[in-house]
Amino acid sequence: MSELTITLLRLGYLALLWFLVLSAITVLRRDLYGTRIIDRRRPGGKAAPAAEAPVPVGETPRAPRRPRGAGGPTRLVVTEGPLRGTTLPLGSSAVLVGRAPSCTLVLDDDYSSSRHARIFPQGEQWFVEDLGSTNGTFVGETRVEQPTPVPTGTAVRIGQSLLELQR
Amino acid sequence: MASVQPHRVRPGRGTELLLLVPALGIGIAGYVLAGLGVTGSVPPHVIAYAVGTTVLALVVHVVLRLRAPYADPVILPVVVALNGIGLAMIYRISIAYAARGRADADIADRQLAWTAISVALAIAVLVLLRDHRTLRRYTYTAMVAGLVLVLLPLVPGLGQTINGARIWVRVGPVGMQPAEFAKIALAVFFAGYLVTHRDTLALAGKRVLGLQLPRARDLGPIILVWAASLVVLVLQRDLGTSLLFFGLFVAVLYLATERTSWIVIGLVLFVGGAAAAAATFGHVGARFDVWLHALDSDIYNRSPGGSGQLVAGLFGMASGGLFGTGLGQGRPDLVPFSYSDFIVAALGEELGLTGLLAILLLYTILVSRGLRTAIGVRDGFGKLLAGGLSFVMAFQLFVVVGGVTRLIPLTGLTTPFLAYGGSSLVANWVIAALLLRISDEARRPVPAVRAVATPDIGIPLSAPGRSRPVGGGRSTGRTGTPAVGTPVVVGEAPVRTSTATRADDGDGPAPDDSPTAHLGTDGTSTTEPGTDERGGRTR
Repeated sequence: MSELTITLLRLGYLALLWFLVLSAITVLRRDLYGTRIIDRRRPGGKAAPAAEAPVPVGETPRAPRRPRGAGGPTRLVVTEGPLRGTTLPLGSSAVLVGRAPSCTLVLDDDYSSSRHARIFPQGEQWFVEDLGSTNGTFVGETRVEQPTPVPTGTAVRIGQSLLELQR
Repeated sequence: MASVQPHRVRPGRGTELLLLVPALGIGIAGYVLAGLGVTGSVPPHVIAYAVGTTVLALVVHVVLRLRAPYADPVILPVVVALNGIGLAMIYRISIAYAARGRADADIADRQLAWTAISVALAIAVLVLLRDHRTLRRYTYTAMVAGLVLVLLPLVPGLGQTINGARIWVRVGPVGMQPAEFAKIALAVFFAGYLVTHRDTLALAGKRVLGLQLPRARDLGPIILVWAASLVVLVLQRDLGTSLLFFGLFVAVLYLATERTSWIVIGLVLFVGGAAAAAATFGHVGARFDVWLHALDSDIYNRSPGGSGQLVAGLFGMASGGLFGTGLGQGRPDLVPFSYSDFIVAALGEELGLTGLLAILLLYTILVSRGLRTAIGVRDGFGKLLAGGLSFVMAFQLFVVVGGVTRLIPLTGLTTPFLAYGGSSLVANWVIAALLLRISDEARRPVPAVRAVATPDIGIPLSAPGRSRPVGGGRSTGRTGTPAVGTPVVVGEAPVRTSTATRADDGDGPAPDDSPTAHLGTDGTSTTEPGTDERGGRTR
């Protein structure tokens, strides 16, 4: 076999190796860019969404949209604290907030109680009720003693976490 | 711990099939080129070889289609390619050995047989292990199995000392290195143990120089593993295995606790142990001499324990240069053990830096897929297991390539998938199968929780008895305990693993814990705490 053929085969084999490497990386490209990475511990951790944005998996089990007045809140957002960025769609049922795994919103917050507070709708309004927590629940600056209405956009403090009802 | 949420998951079996084409091509072309290069003619059994390897790869592919449809599409092709490259190189060296009339010229056939056995075992793992969380039940069984496997070579009559290291067990004609299997068992044990105990080990201790140090009494496990790996070092004279076990433990510990201090403690312990071992034991000290003064003529000519092998490997890689001599054109057979410990040097000689870098990139892809699986999987045990197994592979490769290229002292570890050796090949295929199994779990979309609106209650959060956690990635350690809460996390990442585990095990640190009476939701349904929370809400 001629010298040239051998050289071509030699380089061709290297090219084949790199072809596999590059095609594997091409396959992974979708995985790299098609995801969003969220680091909860860092402020501003809500990473920019990916370039291609098909329907996120998490959205498939969609919350039933119950008509709730004209502009009632549709989701509960954790704006501060260890779970910063978590969103919970609001249905028509109450939301139990606390550290216990049985809560609707499980807070990773050492300063909240196992069953800390309840956020529930009544009429057109959402109310928050403290469930006898140790550190208390605050709407704005005031501690919640009895079921208190929570207007959309008002911060509710539970332990180190701030929750907010959003539209 | 950051969490990653994919937008849309494709099963990826088609992609895998496409990638298998070049992967198999690399193995078969390597085989042909090796034959062409050494003997000048195409190897006689090339058709049978090509059909055989293709069938093996396709069988795994079909099993994946049936049993793990969402498994990572890249892992299998990369493994097939690496195994093929290894087979080609071993075949090439075996021809050279046969020409010189050496007795061990049958290595290529043996390795081929081992490949078939490994693939069969990997398939068995994929078929029999339907859910990796089953392994968590065998945490302590795995510990016992791991320790027995590590210590097996020390049993008189069973163990054998080959080339100075007592890491072989020989039963009849079959010899094996049980330590290769021990690393899988120990990875299972470390993952299972640390997923339960991580809170204790992550507990805040004193803060020194910006490092959160653990409490003294929590140092127990790491000291124990350290002592065990020192025992391996002293009794079996095997630097690599002892390093691998200790490294694996420290890595999984770090993954579990997210405390940098464990790495620092591990490094300090390791450096202390290594320095003491180098000063006390001749064979460890000799390795250091070989590493630091490889080109010194005294050490080069020393026998045993000289640097001849290492330097020959370096010369080989140097003669390979940028593009290599071409398969079959170099003389890798001049390096002792160029088919096992020094296969990286042999590949560096014949494929050059370009080829070696491509191979290293294949490993990088493989390991990164393993770590990606660890990030994606929803249960803490799976995270630690996938992370630990990927780490083992990466660490092993680092130690081998670092040793061959004289970056670190040479230790006797095998190159995963490439090097000759049945135990190593089988163990690494099993690791690949485990990673495929976990990645299937990680990439499979959360089964759609049918959010059917009921007029009074609203969204049923989860059905009781379902075995998969909801919530786009919340992790629970147990099967059958779907994490409740944030069931419909829209476009957000799952909750950190530690949360769920802590909540699960209920032993986390808690400055505030007031038991609060159960409350009715909406005034329509009242749930009893701890009994039927989910059932209550589903009603």
